[in-house]
Amino acid sequence: MLASGTTVRVKLDWPETRGPCHIRTPHYLRGHEGVVVRHLGDFPNPEALAFRRPAEILPLYHVRFPMGALWPDRHGDNTILVELYETWLEAA
Amino acid sequence: MNILEAPSEKLLAGIRKLLAEKNIATEEEIAERIRITDEASPARGAAMVARAWTDPEYKALMLRDGTMAAEAMGVPMRGLPPLGVLENTAELHNLVVCTLCSCYPRAVLGYPPFWFKSAAYRARAVRDPRAMLVEFGTTIPDDVKLEVVDSTADYRWMVLPRRPAGTEGWSVEQLAALVHEGDMIGVTIPHAP
Amino acid sequence: MHDLGGVSKFMCEAVDAEPHALNDFDRAVDAIRGILGGKKVMGVDELRRNIEAIPEADYLRLSYYQRWIRAITAHLLRQGVITEAELIAAMEAE
Repeated sequence: MLASGTTVRVKLDWPETRGPCHIRTPHYLRGHEGVVVRHLGDFPNPEALAFRRPAEILPLYHVRFPMGALWPDRHGDNTILVELYETWLEAA
Repeated sequence: MNILEAPSEKLLAGIRKLLAEKNIATEEEIAERIRITDEASPARGAAMVARAWTDPEYKALMLRDGTMAAEAMGVPMRGLPPLGVLENTAELHNLVVCTLCSCYPRAVLGYPPFWFKSAAYRARAVRDPRAMLVEFGTTIPDDVKLEVVDSTADYRWMVLPRRPAGTEGWSVEQLAALVHEGDMIGVTIPHAP
Repeated sequence: MHDLGGVSKFMCEAVDAEPHALNDFDRAVDAIRGILGGKKVMGVDELRRNIEAIPEADYLRLSYYQRWIRAITAHLLRQGVITEAELIAAMEAE
């Protein structure tokens, strides 16, 4: 379980290149660092549900990212808050 | 030819016929589902917002547990995704998007609007939101932080906008009438006339 | 292709903020999706995954609910709820 305030990195992984899949981690976050805001609850993994496979129940977090760090051409203090499953997060 | 490339209207007609024959989705069920879906509209969300503006305990509930807050207003939420509520303040403006598809708090706002589902909105909200909001007639001052909330998973999000100035003493009905669909997504800001 | 956050191609495109009311086609497709979901014939994740499988050019060309009916059809065929022969016959009969 990840505590609020933990800095995490979204895994730099591209399952899309390995075959049919269903991923709810936006491409624009992969490899980027954010801060866990809170644990939203535990939900079945949509990556498995999409293929009618047995789905592991995973913790889901709200994670905050600075927008300026995501895009080469933008700066400023906007932030993005995204729901991410624990399997996509690693310690930063 | 790939059958999936058939004209959409023909696909729908064929699917409807088969689903009815197989008793999976009859025309009566479809009509009933449409009727129930039409009951949800931004008026539900607006009523929640107006109540939150006048009732601090309800506001606290709404921010703590949006699903329960919706149910407290008579919105059926069983079996539906959990509802999260994002509070706009003097320092923070929230904007909701679903970049991956079009997840929308349908139970309290009804069908998602065309623009919410558009590629332009989904692409620009997370990369150029302030300029995009100007196109909606909304300017977020530089000293107000903007947080874009991308609905990527199981929750559905709505914004609790700030109560407009000049509405002291207004009834909940009068207040609810000020709150429009876009206000609860964050593309517009409610104001008193 | 569906993963549109920040995609450069759309950054200069104005958002069409016109209301564009839903038509009967849209409402029927939406209703069918809901019924199939309620009966566990097709979950929302299955719907999304089938939408995501639509080739890029078609994805952008099709309307929102046109993408849905295509995804619903693909799912029902793959799951064997309907067969292609049945569907062709049903479409021709209409």
